Formats: sequence, structure tokens, C-alpha cells
Amino acid sequence: MSKFNAKKTTDTPNVSTASLPDIVFMLLFFFMTVTVMKDTALKVENTLPNASEIKKLEKKDRVVTIYIGKPTAKYVERLGDESKIQLNDKFVSVKEIGDYVSLEIAKMPEHLRAFTTISLKVDKNANMGLVSDLKQELRQINALKINYTTYEGNAFLNLE
Amino acid sequence: MARRNGAPEVNAGSMADIAFLLLIFFLVTTTIETDAGLDRMLPPMEPPEEDVVIKQKNIFTVNINKNGQLLVEDELTELKDLRAKAMDFLDNGGAASGSPEYCNYCKGKRDAESSDNPTKAIISLKNDRETKYSIYITVQNELVGAYNDLRNREAQRLYKQDFTDLEAAYLNPETPETDKEELKEKVQRIQGLFPQKLSEAETSSNN
Repeated sequence: MSKFNAKKTTDTPNVSTASLPDIVFMLLFFFMTVTVMKDTALKVENTLPNASEIKKLEKKDRVVTIYIGKPTAKYVERLGDESKIQLNDKFVSVKEIGDYVSLEIAKMPEHLRAFTTISLKVDKNANMGLVSDLKQELRQINALKINYTTYEGNAFLNLE
Repeated sequence: MARRNGAPEVNAGSMADIAFLLLIFFLVTTTIETDAGLDRMLPPMEPPEEDVVIKQKNIFTVNINKNGQLLVEDELTELKDLRAKAMDFLDNGGAASGSPEYCNYCKGKRDAESSDNPTKAIISLKNDRETKYSIYITVQNELVGAYNDLRNREAQRLYKQDFTDLEAAYLNPETPETDKEELKEKVQRIQGLFPQKLSEAETSSNN
């Protein structure tokens, strides 16, 4: 038995922390590469509905996002509680949306313009009237590829 | 002048602190989520050159009123039954076996009063201005689901794979180009068997 106890030392050795910066850097680079900075502050309520038959929106560089919903508490006083359209950082009326979307598309590199997708992030309590008007405007400027952006989940949960 | 032996070592002990600081910053600002949703094509503004006459039996009408109730082919229908009804309609294959429109892969009832062929079948969706968006999305989801279920069935039969998987692989930017050609052919063949023909009329403002 004493054979095993022979080498036992009294003080515990220090754990080397020399590789800690390397590990941290590795994590840092991971997060740096996957980070997408949030570029718009939401000014409307935006709880998306659920859907199950969804496709991923790849490649963010060719997506224009339009938000629709009731203005948040901060803006309700000024704008009322009817659903509004938000594009980038401002509220846009239905009539102007065509111009603004064309402008957004014009900002893209030329080879991507043909593949532009309009991502509609519509609050689940919004009415279809505004959405239909918006779709009509998008048809006018020939931006035909749209994506009703949703959460992944059971679509029947929307009915509650 | 004091002479040194070689350059002094820089103290790198604070490196970890700096890296941690950056790490925390990026951790806080990161949003990894990618958006997903239902893809749709809007019809172009210019109407087609010639008027196409479509037989009434090849149109499957879905009406949503402002209370979220569904009228499918003039019958009040529950939302959960919509997918099955749409699939019955699309898969019907009503054309007689000798005619050029005969559908040899359909497994439906072959009712002469319903659609002739999946390539002829059109789903027409109408909604009220006051319909809630969540109901509309659920209906869209069920209709897309009906197409996907049928396409999956054909893809299983032909390629022993689900259509949704084929399409996801085709759209994935990481798939090598060599595989894409093959996938494209498969995807287009299945899409040809059950083309998605979903027409949306402009919303009605009356009840």
C-alpha cells in the first residue's frame, strides 16, 4: 500500500492559465464572425405569427425588411394605434413605400438587384388591408419576390 | 548608457482582459437568428396578353372573412380541414384516362366534377380587408403545406427523399455546384408535377 502513497506531495500545483487568452480569442473570433449588428430600432409592435412550412432567408445582403404593426407605446400618442409601416428607421405611408423600396434596391450592388427579396415582418394582429395595399405598391415597382417572415412553430397557435 | 541583453519581454498578462472585454461586447450585440418564412411571388402588374379561360372545376376557392371564418368551395370549413381538402382537390386527377390531360401519378378520387390535373388546378385565395394577418398566414401555411405534402409523396416515390429536403439542399449555399445541377433537375421535375398555382385576388372591402 505504501507504494502508492510514496509520491504524494503536500502543496497543489498551480493550474497554468497561459492558454486562457487563446481560448478567449477563439471565442472572440467566433462571435466576431457571426455577429450581425442590429441596424434598426423597432418602432412598431412586432410579434410574428407562426408557420411550419417555412424556408430560410439566406443571404441578408439582398433582403429589404419592412415592418408592420401598431406603433409602440412611445409613438402611440403621436400616431394613434392603427397599424403603421416602418422601413429602416422611419414610418412610411403606403403611398411612399414604393419610392423608398426602390431606393433601397438601388443601394444594392447591381448584380444582386434581380434577386431582391422583400421580407415582410407583420405583427400577427395587423389587418390584411394594409398588407394588401403594400403588396399592391410592391407590384407597382415590380418587386415581386416577397417573404412573409414568421417564427417556426405550429401554425394553429396563431388562432388563439 | 545601460546596456541590455536583447529586447525586454512585453507583459502580455492583460491580453486576456482585453480579449474578454471584446468578447463580452460581441456576445451582447450578437443576434445569430436567421429569418425564415413563407416565400411568395406576387403577380406582375401587366395583365397577360391573352385571356385564358379556366374551367370552374379547376378552381379551388378559399374565402376568409373578417372574423377569420373560411368558406372553401362555398362550404363553411374549419381551418384544420383545409389542408386535406386542398390536397383532395389538387390530387384529384379527374380527366378521363384517354385524354391528354390524364394524370397518371394522381391518387385522388378521380371525380369528374373536381380538378382535371394538378398542373391545371388553381387555388384562389380571397380575404377581407379586416382579416387578421395571423389567420391569413395560417391559411397560406396550410395551402403551402398541401403542396409540400403532395410533392413529398412524389419525391419519395421517385427519389426516396422528401421534396422539402431536396429543395433545402438545393437552396443551401454550402451545397457544392456539382450536386446542384442534379438537385435542380429533381426539384424542377417535382415542381412540374405539382406546380404551385396560388392566385390572390385583390381584397374585397365589403363584407
